Amino acid sequence: MNCIIVDDEIAARAIVKQLCSKMPELDVIEEFDNAIDAIKFLNQHAIDVVFLDIHMPGFTGVDLVQTLKDPPRIVLTTSDTDFAIDAYQYEAIVDYLVKPITLERFEIAIRKIKNALAIRPKANAVEETPDIGEDLYINIDRRLIKLKFNEILFIEAKGDYIEIKTDKEPFRVHTTLKKIKEKLPEKTFLQIHRSFIINFKKIIDIEDNSVLIEKSVIPISRSNRPELMRRLNLL
Amino acid sequence: MKEQPNLNYIKELAGEDVEFENKFIAIIKDEFPEEVDIYLNHIVAQEPRAASEIVHKLKHKFSILSMEDAYRFAVIYEEHLRTGNTDLDLDFRRILNTITSYLKTI
Repeated sequence: MNCIIVDDEIAARAIVKQLCSKMPELDVIEEFDNAIDAIKFLNQHAIDVVFLDIHMPGFTGVDLVQTLKDPPRIVLTTSDTDFAIDAYQYEAIVDYLVKPITLERFEIAIRKIKNALAIRPKANAVEETPDIGEDLYINIDRRLIKLKFNEILFIEAKGDYIEIKTDKEPFRVHTTLKKIKEKLPEKTFLQIHRSFIINFKKIIDIEDNSVLIEKSVIPISRSNRPELMRRLNLL
Repeated sequence: MKEQPNLNYIKELAGEDVEFENKFIAIIKDEFPEEVDIYLNHIVAQEPRAASEIVHKLKHKFSILSMEDAYRFAVIYEEHLRTGNTDLDLDFRRILNTITSYLKTI
């Protein structure tokens, strides 16, 4: 397994490198003292594991995890014990090591990585999405009305109905968010809350827990936030 | 605080690897005074939040040097600094001085 180490402290990187040297299956390819350089490297190289410090100035380890479209397995290394629960909301994170890291604990992390690599194949294969055209027909009072995908701003679940907000007018349709989600192109639409699917291209700005589309503020649920962040073309 | 730093963790990590042990001690000797300087500069400049960032790094050094009490103290101090409170500065400096003196002996 090839790996990289990302930590702004030289001493911390030296420790992880020494621990890696005790694991014959691990090959340290590169070290980085900041997340930005690591992201650039990861975008160009296939890496199995990243040992990643959370607490770095500017761009943090969590930012790195959220930014990568197809992150490798991540082992977080940190002095903070209170981030552990939050950390596991990211699928790529397989373990969380509190500094100073002992050899015994490091060995457990390596076993977890091996299990993760064995169970979950690397998600680098692009899923084929069916060609579903550029529009959608909705049934309103026995009339089939054509909506172009690029007219849709967002869709909100309202009990047994959904409301489709468009550039022009809203449409109320008797169906579920789950059903309409299957009809929408994944590249353009994203569910960011249990009651909201948004047209990704219509976002004006994003705050911590909400996105702005036209004049509507739409909540982002905690569980959907990583996927939203992953899709952003962050500078 | 009477706690004294030691190299137990580093020696355990190094095992028979004397080269790593020496290299690591050299890293600590380089990195620690730099971080202390950054901390002191932030305190003088009345930048407690920035100081908390470097305390975060320094507390890792405390744990590497097996100073558990100092580590716990630093965790609390880091939180204080984040809220703009520098009251524990003098006690923190005592820990820094203890380590600085120790690093001169190894």
